[in-house]
Amino acid sequence: MERIPILRMGDYLLVTIQVDMHDRLAMALQDDLTARIAKTGAQGVLIDISSLEIVDSFIGRIISNISGMSRILDAHTVIVGMQPAVAITLVELGLTLPGVLTALDVEKGMALLRRLVDVPEEGDDEDNAEF
Amino acid sequence: MRNSETLPLTNESDIIFARREVRSRGSEIGLSLVDVTKLVTACSELARNTVVYGGGGTVTIEPLSNGVRKGLRLIFEDQGPGIADLNLALTDGYTSGSGMGLGLSGARRLCNEFEIVSVVGQGTKVTVAKWK
Ligand SMILES: Nc1ncnc2c1ncn2[C@@H]1O[C@H](COP(=O)(O)OP(=O)(O)OP(=O)(O)O)[C@@H](O)[C@H]1O
Ligand SMILES: [Mg+2]
Repeated sequence: MERIPILRMGDYLLVTIQVDMHDRLAMALQDDLTARIAKTGAQGVLIDISSLEIVDSFIGRIISNISGMSRILDAHTVIVGMQPAVAITLVELGLTLPGVLTALDVEKGMALLRRLVDVPEEGDDEDNAEF
Repeated sequence: MRNSETLPLTNESDIIFARREVRSRGSEIGLSLVDVTKLVTACSELARNTVVYGGGGTVTIEPLSNGVRKGLRLIFEDQGPGIADLNLALTDGYTSGSGMGLGLSGARRLCNEFEIVSVVGQGTKVTVAKWK
């Protein structure tokens, strides 16, 4: 079966959704991501949906599930790149995606993840002041 | 103007095909990107209901014109179990399955026209339209 690739970058997992997602593909992504977070101990997941032309209640539910599931596994999920027309439509559809973190683009999404995960730099010690 | 066409809705590939067809026909008549996105999203919701709850059926895509105004009508039909309580089914958040209960109520908000006729034991027909 076709799968959406999950890339690993250090403590993070990156997913780019590039296709008109089939229901089965979306469900498989949910399972694959759960397994990968558990296996790698990844602390952050970035999902780029800039190629998605619609988000309906089905995809919305998958996105909510992924983000809820990642919290249980002590990771954060950020959704990036939602097209403006998709965002406008979501509001009217009534889909609020509670608890789902979003950012404008990959760069801002990574910045948000880094803040959330707050990995201490090497050589840092506990009583270092914040800067 | 292209003719009406009726497409089967029996599995998830049919849902994707119907969405693509609605997108291309919506763009063709000059709907804005936002309106096309709304109509395709409504189509996705209603087509999935037809497949999941209606046991499969069809969607008919009909071009509309009223003077210079153009639009697109989508008619979803199945011969499934029907809906006993339409008010309940149209309530935001109500689902008899494991959905979010937003398909029907959301599709109604996303379109300019919305009509649902359902007879228990006979089937369901949902008609929506989007005007330019
Ligand atoms: N074609 C249909 N035939 C029979 N029952 C239907 C049909 N369409 C909808 N229903 C009933 O109406 C309810 C509400 O439908 P709606 O699309 O709003 O929500 P859902 O499909 O349960 O969840 P969601 O669409 O948010 O994933 C369904 O749970 C189902 O019981
Ligand atoms: Mg539905």
